Amino acid sequence: MSEQMSGAEMVLRALKDQNVEHIFGYPGGAVLPIYDAIFQQDDIKHILVRHEQGATHMAEGYARSTGKVGVVLVTSGPGATNAITGLTDALLDSIPLVCISGQVPTPLIGSDAFQECDTVGITRNCTKHNYLVKKIEDLPRILHEAFYIASSGRPGPVVVDIPKDVQFAMGDYYKPSNESDHKSYKPQLNGDLGAIEEAVNLMIRAEKPILYTGGGIINSGKEASESLRELAELTGFPVTSTLMGLGAFPAKSDQWLGMLGMHGTYEANLAMHDADLIVCLGARFDDRITGRLDAFAPNSTKIHVDIDPSSIGKTVHIDLPIIGDCNNIILEMIRIWREKTNQNRLSSSSVWWKQIEEWRDVKSLRYENSDEVIKPQFAIQRLNEAVKDKDTYITTEVGQHQMWAAQYFQFNEPNRFMTSGGLGTMGYGLPAAVGVQVAHPNAVVIDIAGEASVQMTMQEFSTAVQFRLPIKIFILNNEYMGMVRQWQQLLHGSRYSQSYSESLPDFVKLAEAMGGKGIRCDDPAKLDDAIQDMLDYDGPVLFDCRVSKEENCLPMIPSGKAHNEMILPETKDIGNVIDEKGKILV
Amino acid sequence: MNTNLQPSGSAYFITKPTAEPERHTLSVLVDNEPGILARIAGLFSARGFNIDSLTVSETNHEKGRSRITVVTVARPKVLRQIKLQLERLIPVHKVHDLTQEGKCLERELALVKVAGKGENRVETLRIADAFRAQVVDASTSSFIFEITGKSSKIEQFIALMMPLGLVEVVRTGISAISRGSSKM
Repeated sequence: MSEQMSGAEMVLRALKDQNVEHIFGYPGGAVLPIYDAIFQQDDIKHILVRHEQGATHMAEGYARSTGKVGVVLVTSGPGATNAITGLTDALLDSIPLVCISGQVPTPLIGSDAFQECDTVGITRNCTKHNYLVKKIEDLPRILHEAFYIASSGRPGPVVVDIPKDVQFAMGDYYKPSNESDHKSYKPQLNGDLGAIEEAVNLMIRAEKPILYTGGGIINSGKEASESLRELAELTGFPVTSTLMGLGAFPAKSDQWLGMLGMHGTYEANLAMHDADLIVCLGARFDDRITGRLDAFAPNSTKIHVDIDPSSIGKTVHIDLPIIGDCNNIILEMIRIWREKTNQNRLSSSSVWWKQIEEWRDVKSLRYENSDEVIKPQFAIQRLNEAVKDKDTYITTEVGQHQMWAAQYFQFNEPNRFMTSGGLGTMGYGLPAAVGVQVAHPNAVVIDIAGEASVQMTMQEFSTAVQFRLPIKIFILNNEYMGMVRQWQQLLHGSRYSQSYSESLPDFVKLAEAMGGKGIRCDDPAKLDDAIQDMLDYDGPVLFDCRVSKEENCLPMIPSGKAHNEMILPETKDIGNVIDEKGKILV
Repeated sequence: MNTNLQPSGSAYFITKPTAEPERHTLSVLVDNEPGILARIAGLFSARGFNIDSLTVSETNHEKGRSRITVVTVARPKVLRQIKLQLERLIPVHKVHDLTQEGKCLERELALVKVAGKGENRVETLRIADAFRAQVVDASTSSFIFEITGKSSKIEQFIALMMPLGLVEVVRTGISAISRGSSKM
């Protein structure tokens, strides 16, 4: 069954057939036919952004909070180049996006035409795959293939570049009957049973095991989080997670050790360092996690479950690789574990758990509170307290506030924490919050922000106002690019080169000027009421939370050090910790 | 178990490499679509891999498939990454490490222009004959030879022609295929 229609109409039809409800975009010359098609239908709602980078982050927030594909529509040239940061961000964090871009008409390609850029050339290395559609006959297949590639296997961004003449051309629309039957792309979903059985044997024998989980659990769907909880319950193993995996395992569980890595907890990092068995589920041994590679978990056997074979053994030697979808493999692990007769749940009175409790007692997230100034850690704890019974989604920008959010906010459900992990994109959180709120109109959506990051995509606040999206931007304002300042203190003799946020706007007036509400608070005693005001307001809010200025984000594994060489909160002079060789590292 | 990593006193990726770089020939089966060569070459440059030689041509017109032969020099761990990263590209069907999989045949073609007169000209032809190089163009003062063989043979031929009036050389890069009856 095929129907005659224009390329532009095919785009909208394919989106509808893919059950897309919202797209984020910005019009321009090379996508006018698609915008005309948008005008003539009601199925798909278009969210008009203020800058194309905002569109990509909104789509990321939308995708990460729903598990669906986020869709972006941009014009040629600057529209496409503005989308690059978000596409790269989605690639590094494995977020499924489809970005449709307009292109100059095919006869003009390569002529340096107005608003022309080599979109497929520029995006080749920042997408999972990309297409330039030169013929109308290819358009339906490519559109559907783009969704399949973006969402299957290890998810990622896909760009479909459509020249304007192809948008006008008439052709037959069809929906491929079996899109998963791709000729060369075949992600492996089921793990090797022999390897899984061997993994379970190792798990049964382990004395000091740990489950190290990541964003792969979130990408594997809500069921994967359920399975993970069951596996942890069954085995009694301690659980830690990367930034991207927070929420997959409930922070309220006794088996939860907190996040690991550079700003992870003492107990999580020491447990990784001393473990005899690391079961990595959908994480990738990133440099923020491992610290010094040659001292990383030196006495452990490592099992790595990942859907992307190239993630396995990339930086750390893996003893037992298992390729496949996390949920499938965890379910097999559970089944095999139950079948074994010699299985033995790791008891909370075991030597290993006793050791972990000793590390826990160090209380590496302790901080000195104050009656005079708001401590950023305190602010996040109060925010957490205020929303703990509400349906809440948190996004962040990048920097100290992001790490504090990861450390002090309790995530108990997957898809609730949207943050830029791999690329570390300042300006991610505000537009991501817009995208999350579009997907969950009745939920509480809060961007935990820094005053520097938030200014990078500030204009999207106006998008929130336009579409009546009541996002709450909770700015921990310390008047510094806090993480930059902290590293300058660590490495460069506290010479705070260009890291002071000079000439800050009056955030309250700014919010009002854009049609939202502004709240300022600098008194710890008034913080709870101010947070309540923010939550009670039915509309977008910019909350200027003035916090102590030179607070450091601790604990920390300094660059060039191992997991058991953490800086703990009482370290006053962090400027002498890192040696010369560590200074060259990021 | 980090037995393969020696403490370097430094951090992250700066670990002392223990294995020596090896020269490997990879055969990559891809869809012959626009931009495929840029994808392959871009992957090598983006991830800091080496390309010693790269050849590409469509080998199955019906299905529109090309075989790319890449020669690279890397340590074993990196070689594994190169293979896995290539396999991640959507239009890539298969990647075979021909060097690892056993003996393979490698051939290269070169066109070699040599100019000279008198005794040199005779010597040039004599050597070409010994190397089974064909004369594909001749003038009163020059020859162009076509020579096929292993890279080492071509290198040797070029070295011998150097003092006899070598003008210029073009080479195709290496094409490789596995020995025996199996196919990729």
